[in-house]
Amino acid sequence: MTLLEIERLSKRFSSGSRDVAALNDVSLSLAPAETLGLVGASGSGKSTLARILMRLIPADGGAIRFEGEDWLSLSGADLRRRRARIQMVFQDVLGAFNPRATVGSVLDDPLRIHNIVPKADRRREIAALLDRVGLPADYADRSIRDVSGGQRQRIAIARAIATQPSLIVLDEAVSALDVSIRGKILELLVELQRERGIAYLFVSHDLSVLRAVSHRIAVMDAGRLVETGAAGRVIENPHSAAAHALIAAVPRLVTGIPQGPSHDL
Amino acid sequence: MSMLCEIRDLAVTYRSQKVPALTDVNLGIEAGKRLAIIGESGSGKSTLARTLAGLLPAGAKISGNIEWQSGKSPVAGRDLGFVFQDPTSSLNPVLTIGEQVAESARRHLGLSWKDAQIRALEMLERVRIPQPENASRAFPHQLSGGQRQRVAIAAALAARPKILIADEATSALDMVVQAEIVSLLDELVREAGMTLIFITHDIALASGFTDHIAIFKDGSLIESGPTIAILSSPHATYTKTLLASHRDLSTPPLIAEAVI
Repeated sequence: MTLLEIERLSKRFSSGSRDVAALNDVSLSLAPAETLGLVGASGSGKSTLARILMRLIPADGGAIRFEGEDWLSLSGADLRRRRARIQMVFQDVLGAFNPRATVGSVLDDPLRIHNIVPKADRRREIAALLDRVGLPADYADRSIRDVSGGQRQRIAIARAIATQPSLIVLDEAVSALDVSIRGKILELLVELQRERGIAYLFVSHDLSVLRAVSHRIAVMDAGRLVETGAAGRVIENPHSAAAHALIAAVPRLVTGIPQGPSHDL
Repeated sequence: MSMLCEIRDLAVTYRSQKVPALTDVNLGIEAGKRLAIIGESGSGKSTLARTLAGLLPAGAKISGNIEWQSGKSPVAGRDLGFVFQDPTSSLNPVLTIGEQVAESARRHLGLSWKDAQIRALEMLERVRIPQPENASRAFPHQLSGGQRQRVAIAAALAARPKILIADEATSALDMVVQAEIVSLLDELVREAGMTLIFITHDIALASGFTDHIAIFKDGSLIESGPTIAILSSPHATYTKTLLASHRDLSTPPLIAEAVI
């Protein structure tokens, strides 16, 4: 079964005399409970794809089917209602939240807007969401500014799962975190996927992060999808030049005397 | 082996802060070598960089001392170049690329404006900006993030400083561009025999090209020494944790692949 089917999506941006194909005939699909890692250098089009999928900007051509519906033709109240099914987690969580908000209000918004639980039960639901992402219930009264970067990313995940989505778009969701926290957030995402069957479209320029959690990896370069395959296959046996470059760029921990080229056979 | 400086019992506290950003730092920095300062957010690594460069904000309290081998503190811009994380905010948006690089050469090398512009073009070529003549007439917003960081490096090196501090200079860039910028920095400091102080949260990135490593946590120096020694036999628990949390392409994934 397919959850998401993106077909021949295209998008051009023009400013002055410059005209750039940000997305050029991109097709991909995602199954329920699957993670697709979307990797590419800056300007490869991966964020444009995520924005079109979130209906933040229109596409120039192509189609998206999501949960059996023509996703790009939804509008008005229909779109607002269906938006609950796709959520997004950003890299810069502080920028994504109202800085004067409390943790509780950040989680209350989606529950209220999408009418997930009756008003009387919201406080309990917020406590359950916080507990699920590993935070104590009394965090609800804290200001969003008074929690650490890792905790804020947990809150962003709690907000994303609040509407019981079938798909979450993770846009560089762990890139700004310290390495020791990064692993814990990735583990949380994997647990939530197992438990709730959520699919992830994980957008990142960091292949080592995508390798940790992706079933499949899709590689973008200059607006085109140049390679898609099982995560292990793409990393061990990349076909495209873009995948080769991304793999070569991942820093390796050098723990011994570096081997010179003469040792290479 | 000659020393660039000896840091003794250094502590720094920012104005209106109770907790010091750095305490009890004792560290020798060797001249002409590449030192990585490693730490997570709040470790004090950027505070150390700014203290060395004399760029701490007004009101910061410093105790202890830094003994420079040359007898006096380096002048930022002339003796010491500094590359920041975000070139968008370190470059002046209303000056052309050529003007910003030339400015540093003119001020610190005492060149005429015309000679400074020639020096700027030479620097843009050194950092491999394509079509340097055209680029020198462009404004920062017309370049990509990676190109802007190359320009920031050109500006930092235009006055031929002996020390270069790169403070998370590649963290905002994508991985492919990061790898290019690291190899450019490595090559430039090697050629010029400069001392590089490379500040990063990424121990793997530092492991590939630095001579020494100093690891910071919560304002304290946890451990320091030759890069190979620290990475192959770390003493501090924190260093071990940091190495264990490193993830690269050979780390086993958190999921079983191919559910479909």
